[in-house]
Amino acid sequence: MAVILEVKDLVTKFYTLDGVVNAVNGVSFTLDEGETLAVVGESGSGKSVSMMSVMGLISSPPGKVEGGEALFYTSQGARDLLKLSPNEMNEVRGGQIGFVFQDPQTSLNPILKVGEQISESLMKHLGINARDARLRTLELLAEVGISDPELRYDAYPFQMSGGMRQRVMIAIAVACTPRIVIADEPTTALDVTIQAQIVNLFKQLRAKMGVATIWITHDLGLVAGLADRVLVMYGGKIMEAAPVDLLYDNPCHPYTIGLLGALPRLDIHEAKRLVSIDGAPPDATIPINHCPFAWRCTHAFEHCWNENPALTNVEEAHQVACFHVFEKGG
Amino acid sequence: MASKTFSPKADNRLEVKTTFKDRLAFLARLLWRDKGGTIGLIMFFIVVFAAVFAPVITARDPLDQDLINSKMPPAWEEDGSWEQPFGTDSLGRDMFSRILYGARVSLTVGFFGVLIAATLGLVIGAIAGYFGGRVDSLIMGPINLILAMPYLLFVVFIAAILGRSLLNVILIFGITDSPIFARVARGEVLRIRESAYVESAISAGARSGRVIFDHIIPNLIGPLITLATFEMSAMIFYEAGLGFLGLSVPPDVPSWGNMLAEGRKYLVNDHWLTTFPGLAIMFTSMGMNLAGDWLRDVLDPRLRRSRK
Amino acid sequence: MLRYFVSKLLISVVLLLGVLTLAFFMLRMTGDPVALMMSRDASPEEMEAFRELMGFNRPVSVQFLDFLSKAAVGNFGNSLHYGMPALPLVMERLPATVQLAVIGLLMAILIGVPLGLTGGLNPGSPLDSLGRFWGLLGQSVPSFWLALLLILVFAVRLRWFPSFGADQAKSVVLPAFVLSLAVSSQILRMTRSTVLEVRGEDFVRTARSKGLNQATIYLKHILRNVAIPLVSVIGVQFGYMLGGSIYIETIFAWPGMGQLLSQAIGWRDFPLVQALAIFTSVVVLALNLATDLAYALLDPRIRYGK
Repeated sequence: MAVILEVKDLVTKFYTLDGVVNAVNGVSFTLDEGETLAVVGESGSGKSVSMMSVMGLISSPPGKVEGGEALFYTSQGARDLLKLSPNEMNEVRGGQIGFVFQDPQTSLNPILKVGEQISESLMKHLGINARDARLRTLELLAEVGISDPELRYDAYPFQMSGGMRQRVMIAIAVACTPRIVIADEPTTALDVTIQAQIVNLFKQLRAKMGVATIWITHDLGLVAGLADRVLVMYGGKIMEAAPVDLLYDNPCHPYTIGLLGALPRLDIHEAKRLVSIDGAPPDATIPINHCPFAWRCTHAFEHCWNENPALTNVEEAHQVACFHVFEKGG
Repeated sequence: MASKTFSPKADNRLEVKTTFKDRLAFLARLLWRDKGGTIGLIMFFIVVFAAVFAPVITARDPLDQDLINSKMPPAWEEDGSWEQPFGTDSLGRDMFSRILYGARVSLTVGFFGVLIAATLGLVIGAIAGYFGGRVDSLIMGPINLILAMPYLLFVVFIAAILGRSLLNVILIFGITDSPIFARVARGEVLRIRESAYVESAISAGARSGRVIFDHIIPNLIGPLITLATFEMSAMIFYEAGLGFLGLSVPPDVPSWGNMLAEGRKYLVNDHWLTTFPGLAIMFTSMGMNLAGDWLRDVLDPRLRRSRK
Repeated sequence: MLRYFVSKLLISVVLLLGVLTLAFFMLRMTGDPVALMMSRDASPEEMEAFRELMGFNRPVSVQFLDFLSKAAVGNFGNSLHYGMPALPLVMERLPATVQLAVIGLLMAILIGVPLGLTGGLNPGSPLDSLGRFWGLLGQSVPSFWLALLLILVFAVRLRWFPSFGADQAKSVVLPAFVLSLAVSSQILRMTRSTVLEVRGEDFVRTARSKGLNQATIYLKHILRNVAIPLVSVIGVQFGYMLGGSIYIETIFAWPGMGQLLSQAIGWRDFPLVQALAIFTSVVVLALNLATDLAYALLDPRIRYGK
């Protein structure tokens, strides 16, 4: 499988009145064509910020992407997304990489018709006229499962339910047949029943379009049926990276184990207490050069406080950033 | 070397008690960051200083008429003298001292007017917001009515009816401005009452009184102080306006509005009768507006959170 | 939307009744309206005659109903000074005030909106600082003082404009400008803060994620959302101008309702003052209603909403 996106050592900081927030501290990963990569972590782990940095969607004061590369492999070779000019980036956004945001309520322009918000992307990237754009939009609306596309084209966001709005967001993201779709917690703001529908929709589209997907979530349970590979993030760094089966069968990082332990499981029949991880995420304004998870880790030892562990292979395709795993036998 | 064991509960958030010195330092930092606010506060204190220490700053009595020296220009112009730095008015009264004493009228009106308006408004608005429902509609009906009306018009109307006196002016402003405070207070009380943490406090059994004092009032102070600053500035304006129309304090009392009314007659030849009172009003108002803007930023709930 | 409009209309009617009630009782605030309206040295017989003439000797409730019924047909009694019906006197002054307010509003929009937009789109820039300074000035400079200064400089010394009256076309410039100062500052501040707010909204981020270019995002997504609340603000400010022009009209001898008001106060012609207060309130209420209607038409959430 060919690599389509390669991110190396991404660093993003926010310069706020309360200090410098180190949101992303050296994140590296790859995405293959057609692959679904899940990025898991709690609030503040840097999962959303990393992906938005790649897309150039970080508000520039106060945020700043300070280091790293984001190589996007197309037929024209590799382009570093972080170094593109605004115009070039505008071609990529929407046209080659689509984004689905978390809250469909606020992510759609309230005073524009829903259909227009899809058409404008088509007209920009495919260079077609308004009429053709409308026809294509109607098709898209049908594809994402919205009934009566003719009627819904002229609807305003407030006239739609949360699930329908999210479908519109997805339509916007996939409108120009992008090579990658990044979905930032697309189901978090929705009802559980709608969540399942949206996840299914994604799977359908993925099968149909063969698009590579990055799915950001804090819900490990969602990941199991959806992703090919998983990245676990904490404190602005990747703690563990593995294919989904390996992650569930052989979680290595104490944080991953903790997350999985906190998950209610239907397949384990003995009564087990849900294990929660004590403590809270670290204050990101204080720069550290040790493992960010050390404070909450039950296995932390001296080395963890002296050095920042790097992602290292523990088995094929499975990497962990943890001294305990390698030096104390996990 | 022995491996250290760390309690998983410890993290890098140090528990510090914010001392008074910390708070002062924080305040100083905010002032330095936003120089506009600092300038505003300085300007305001200059005005207060002038009002309070007027008899010390100038030996001249603002009511002292000296018809021989009437309409003298300011010190830096021809025929002027530094004895009367801002010149004299048509009755020979020293403009500089009149300006200083005029500050007393303006600040008195502003301060007490706002005091009355804020107290009235706070009580009314808080009751409306806290009890909601029919009480709310009953109270806010007349309040919204007053807010919808052309304010200046009715103030002028009432002032014309009641006659000239300092007390009348204060009462008029205090009462007619209270709806603004009421609306803000009500809004804040509603917002706080419906916020999750008050709900949890109430469901945990906290009594109404407790809820009010611990939660609602602290959150009300910020917006009310900000509003009070702006409204005080507005009242100084309106007092001057009323004075200009001859509806404010009695004519012998030195107030900036009265001075402007008089100055109008001599505008062409003796402009300083108009310029200085207007500058005084502008200075005071600017200072208070700058300070008010700064206060609004400082007391923003967003910043309040990070202070704790 | 019909329901929205009808409810606003009903509220306006209630407000109108409130205004009438207030105006009625204000005259009786000191207890004896006759003492208010007559000169100090009127004899008791004259005062009694006046009281009978005006019907002040009747019970208050009777007077109130009479007042309301007459008000419904536009009868607000006679002006004491002119001896003629008060309302027509007021209404003939309306066009001049409206003219002043319209020109003032145009000036305020031309100054306030562009500065507010640049300030909101480029906060911290020199133009933004200029805009914010202008905003501060507009709030801090007393209009009547500025009027006097401008007359001194531009009318007396430079002779560019007439210092009073409404005879020439350019007579309107100075008074309209003074009137526009405070309003332009409000419009500027509102525009700026609305732009800042809208810019931070999620849907703007979505627009950027679609790769739309900056101009499209500004015009189609940001500005359209800014325009809607701005229309509301402009409407309210227009109302302030209509109701608050007393100082400027007095100083510039502009023949509008404001000038009539200060004259009427001088004459202690309270029936006329009352008529002015009520009529101005009606105009402002009507304007607010029109603004609400415009807002409803522009915002699809209200237009097509429940």
